[in-house]
Amino acid sequence: MKELLIGNAAVARGLYEAGCNVISSYPGTPSTEITEFAAKYDEIYCEWAPNEKVACEVAFGASLRGARSACAMKHVGLNVAADPLFTLSYTGVNGGMVICVADDPGMHSSQNEQDSRHYAIASKIPMLEPADSQEAYDFAKKAFELSEKYDTPVLLRMCTRIAHSQSIVETGERTEAGVKDYEKNPEKYIMMPANAKKRHPFVEERTRKFVELAEDCEFNRIEYTDSKIGVITSGASYQYVKEALGDSVSVFKLGIVNPLPEKSIIEFASKMDKVYVIEELDGIIEAHCNSLGIKVCGKELFTCIGEFSQKTIAKAMGKDDKETYDLGMDIPMRPPMMCAGCPHRGMYYALAKNKITVLGDIGCYTLGATPPLFALDSTLCMGASVSGLHGFNKAGGSESEGKSVCVIGDSTFMHSGVTGLINIAYNGSNSTVIILDNSITGMTGHQQNPTTGYNIKGDPASKIDLETLCRSVGINRVRVVDPYDLKECEKVVKEELSANEPSVIISRIPCVLLKSVKPKKPLVVNKDKCKGCKKCMSFGCPAISMHDGKAEIDKTLCVGCDVCTQLCPFDAIERQVEE
Amino acid sequence: MQTKNIMIVGVGGQGSLLASKLLGRLLVDEGYDVKVSEVHGMSQRGGSVVTYVRYGDKVYSPIIEDGEADFIVSFEKIEAARWLPCLKKDGKIIVNTQQIDPMPVIIGKAQYPADALEKIKEEGAFVDAIDALSIANDAGNAKAVNIVLMARLAKYFDIGYDKWINSIENTVAPKFVELNKKAFELGYNY
Repeated sequence: MKELLIGNAAVARGLYEAGCNVISSYPGTPSTEITEFAAKYDEIYCEWAPNEKVACEVAFGASLRGARSACAMKHVGLNVAADPLFTLSYTGVNGGMVICVADDPGMHSSQNEQDSRHYAIASKIPMLEPADSQEAYDFAKKAFELSEKYDTPVLLRMCTRIAHSQSIVETGERTEAGVKDYEKNPEKYIMMPANAKKRHPFVEERTRKFVELAEDCEFNRIEYTDSKIGVITSGASYQYVKEALGDSVSVFKLGIVNPLPEKSIIEFASKMDKVYVIEELDGIIEAHCNSLGIKVCGKELFTCIGEFSQKTIAKAMGKDDKETYDLGMDIPMRPPMMCAGCPHRGMYYALAKNKITVLGDIGCYTLGATPPLFALDSTLCMGASVSGLHGFNKAGGSESEGKSVCVIGDSTFMHSGVTGLINIAYNGSNSTVIILDNSITGMTGHQQNPTTGYNIKGDPASKIDLETLCRSVGINRVRVVDPYDLKECEKVVKEELSANEPSVIISRIPCVLLKSVKPKKPLVVNKDKCKGCKKCMSFGCPAISMHDGKAEIDKTLCVGCDVCTQLCPFDAIERQVEE
Repeated sequence: MQTKNIMIVGVGGQGSLLASKLLGRLLVDEGYDVKVSEVHGMSQRGGSVVTYVRYGDKVYSPIIEDGEADFIVSFEKIEAARWLPCLKKDGKIIVNTQQIDPMPVIIGKAQYPADALEKIKEEGAFVDAIDALSIANDAGNAKAVNIVLMARLAKYFDIGYDKWINSIENTVAPKFVELNKKAFELGYNY
């Protein structure tokens, strides 16, 4: 059947048709939809794990038991899963195992622009990279076959454009792969020195065999036109090259990006007057060509920074001849911001007002860094707010303990915040940790997590009680606060900062975008009372604007959270009577 | 056939996703190779959002670059101006005259360029401006702005009215089909 699918849905379809039985993942843009789509197939057991390391290890266990398994994560998620990854390379698999990783060139929704191909090289695990949805589907299917044939997990590398672009896929039917027998095999699966020493040569030999496959394989193809210019490329870059240069160049399109072929690249290059390597992010294919003694033009023309397009290629090749309009006027930006009624805003207002240092984390609440709140001091990676605050306070002593906090979301806290909290309790810093509990994984589009009480299918699941969890690791002061109550937020933060022991403040109101949350009636400005002082605009609610010197509330955005009424010195913001 | 390029631009939450879904489905049914691309992530609510729809015999790149768009369908006034550099010299702009203030305007750090459409016309670009919000309201729901604008786009296409309606029936949730068909009719005949 012909379907228009985003790359991630195509991956899910490929995994499904290949008989995949178990998928465990942690959400992360642009990888999230792989697991969301896969969860729609009843034949696959799917779950959201607390983090990528757990997800990867669950997939390992399922493979060990004999099932075809997969996990999916964003590029920085692979950092978290790197520990199992490197040794999985040694154990290899029983049932086929596919690790999907999605890079984000251009950082549409990420904190860095790392190139996950480095992981494939470092862990010596084969990596496939599709260039459209059809290939995403084909490669996902084929990855299981290769995984079992070569006794290795296989990495499937997506990038934002391929993951989130829809193109036509010819789909088929699922073939059950069953669950293979499990046989105890300590030499293969117990990676202690004596065994690992025997497995390492196997890994090297496997790579050699995979290079042979890469030399002559349908995934690495040459589109030959003439011998003037040859381009070596892969993934999204391939599409941009074809768009910008069409048939004016010969193209070596790589689908296996680790290991890279040698003989076929040498042969291709030897036929060409000039060879370009066009790859997004780092110059990995280029370095490979250099190591083979092939002179290529790569990163000197095609930057390692940001996302490419056909324009990038055309410009670098001196072929950008598109005529454009130029208005010569500044259009005000629409930066991402927290929604009207976002429960995080009240807490941020209290923190910003009291000039408290705030170590931040990864999620919607990173947007607290933006104007007019400017509430954050740092954002590094998942969980780093909690552990970072401990270090900050150890260095700054009681002075910093009294005016610094960290903020972390419920899902991020479960991902890797709780370990930092254990460290705070164990190593005794007088730190104040604020968990912004909006009862969902918000940023990636509302995924369930261990604190929500539901699983990926929306069925009831065991629910972690954050208060009990925090107390059980040794935090005596655990308080819950309503972030819509500004006075209460300020009071609780001040009290916990001045307490002589570590504390956790759980700032708890569900995300207003949740279907289960029924918005209250919009608030209205009493124009007679409004003096136009703009106090209500100081916390950055997108529903409030000024017109003719008076505040106005957009009734399509307002959810009646009531925070602005607490800011107004003239009681000009009023609640309409509930019907 | 040379690849044709349509950009759908607007503000997060305005329903451009459904518009691109409708268009993608229609063009696949017409037998074209199709790519539809949008970025999901940080800029969903209130952010500037853009969707690229490309179709032809064989489509390579999923994105549309400067000077390449045959059509820009803008759900908001200044979004048309923001993305104008992507328009081909003989391209067409279909724009909803609705004004949605961006955050810098709301907090008084910038002015809303109210004359944006006039400026675009002065540059010589083809502009088809309609009050899609009022038309959607007439059809019964402000959220049908997306379908009204698709109906307007349909006027410039050689694809029969019935096929568009068919595509609505195939992409919209059953309980909203009648509303959206009404919105399409009003937009088409406006």
